[in-house]
Amino acid sequence: MKIKTPLDLNTIKSLKAGQEIFLSGTIYTARDQAHKRLVEAIKAGKRLPIELKDAIIYYCGPAQTPTAGVIGSCGPTTSSRMDTFTPLLLARGLRAMIGKGDRSTEVKAAIKKYKGIYFVAYAGCGALLTKYVKKSGIVAYGDLGPESILKLEVKDFPLIVAIDAKGGSIYG
Amino acid sequence: MKKIEAIKITRAVTELVRRASFFLRGDVLSALRKSYAVEKNKQAKTILKAILDNAAYARKHNLAICQDTGLPVVFIQIGQDVMIRGDLKAAINKGIDEGYRRYYLRNSIVGHPLKRGAPGFSPCIMHTDIVKGNKIKLTLLPKGFGCENKSQLKMFKPTASIEEIEEFVIKAVKEAGHDACPPYVIGVGIGGTADYAGLMAKKALLRKIAPGSSDLEKDLLKRINKTGIGPMGLGGMNTALAVHIQTHPTHIAGLPVSVNISCHALRSASVTL
Repeated sequence: MKIKTPLDLNTIKSLKAGQEIFLSGTIYTARDQAHKRLVEAIKAGKRLPIELKDAIIYYCGPAQTPTAGVIGSCGPTTSSRMDTFTPLLLARGLRAMIGKGDRSTEVKAAIKKYKGIYFVAYAGCGALLTKYVKKSGIVAYGDLGPESILKLEVKDFPLIVAIDAKGGSIYG
Repeated sequence: MKKIEAIKITRAVTELVRRASFFLRGDVLSALRKSYAVEKNKQAKTILKAILDNAAYARKHNLAICQDTGLPVVFIQIGQDVMIRGDLKAAINKGIDEGYRRYYLRNSIVGHPLKRGAPGFSPCIMHTDIVKGNKIKLTLLPKGFGCENKSQLKMFKPTASIEEIEEFVIKAVKEAGHDACPPYVIGVGIGGTADYAGLMAKKALLRKIAPGSSDLEKDLLKRINKTGIGPMGLGGMNTALAVHIQTHPTHIAGLPVSVNISCHALRSASVTL
């Protein structure tokens, strides 16, 4: 099934754990240090560098972009490292996450509460996934190198629904 | 005494970076193809296909197999009759730095574990072994950290049973679970000291995946594949491609066991000068 960003509530509610989808539209990369900064900024009441409402965050720190390419190898990193930061982001409007591996009980509860969704991307297939990224640019925290926040435009990016809005999970 | 210029070492390491990062090891590819052929779970088969396609795509387009281009670990086997003209360790780090820059790999190394700071390409980790002869063998293992984070060490009692050790290894794999990009290659170090067991577990990953496993390795592989974790942790019969064990004499009071897990993108390359 093909879906487009921004993800509306009806689309999210219709997706079930285990389903394969192809995502097109805008997503943001953010991993460990970017999460730490986003959460610190929220707690300090500061303005965030990206609009969290209905945003999709991809747990990814790509390799450097080759001269002729759009992005370097760009597969998912382990999602559970972001677990402590995620519930607050969901409370502030984050709609979807993309990563690899299972999430904590707290994250699962927050996904259900805020009608979010968690996808997994093909893990360890970062070269292949470059095919689906059409545009890439830094939007925040450039000093973090591969951990900076990038805005990506993706086309038919292959994903599997891992935890759906009703709390259904491929991990049981 | 054979003399080797440091610049030659730097060039050789830069080339190892390219080979290890773009080309999945032949034995790993064969093991993945075999897994794909026998896998019965439909989704697992789709994932194994993507993993094989990824390796082909990386090779064709000179892209890193995985965005986590690892913490480079360099194993140095240096003949006692070799003289290096220049600074060996600086030459190796320079080769890593140049390779990671030139081939657009990821700057994943922070200068201090607590202060962190802006990430760079080096320094790498080096393990040096002095051997007989007049050659130097360099092996690069760019170790991704999704799987490195799942490493384990347990200091068993010397009276521990094989069953207890097997349980520990299987538990380590289950704890890695979905997270560290299965199907895995499992390195196990048994004996020596705590640090040496860890080194053996990592070195075990360098061993070619080939027939001739020990009974303990075969038994562990069978039991690990029965966990049903499967490719990407979504179920299936292929949770691990191989279990490799290295042993070493140890103390009467102890039995260290270390587990080092590799993701399916097990990359390494060697050169002898």
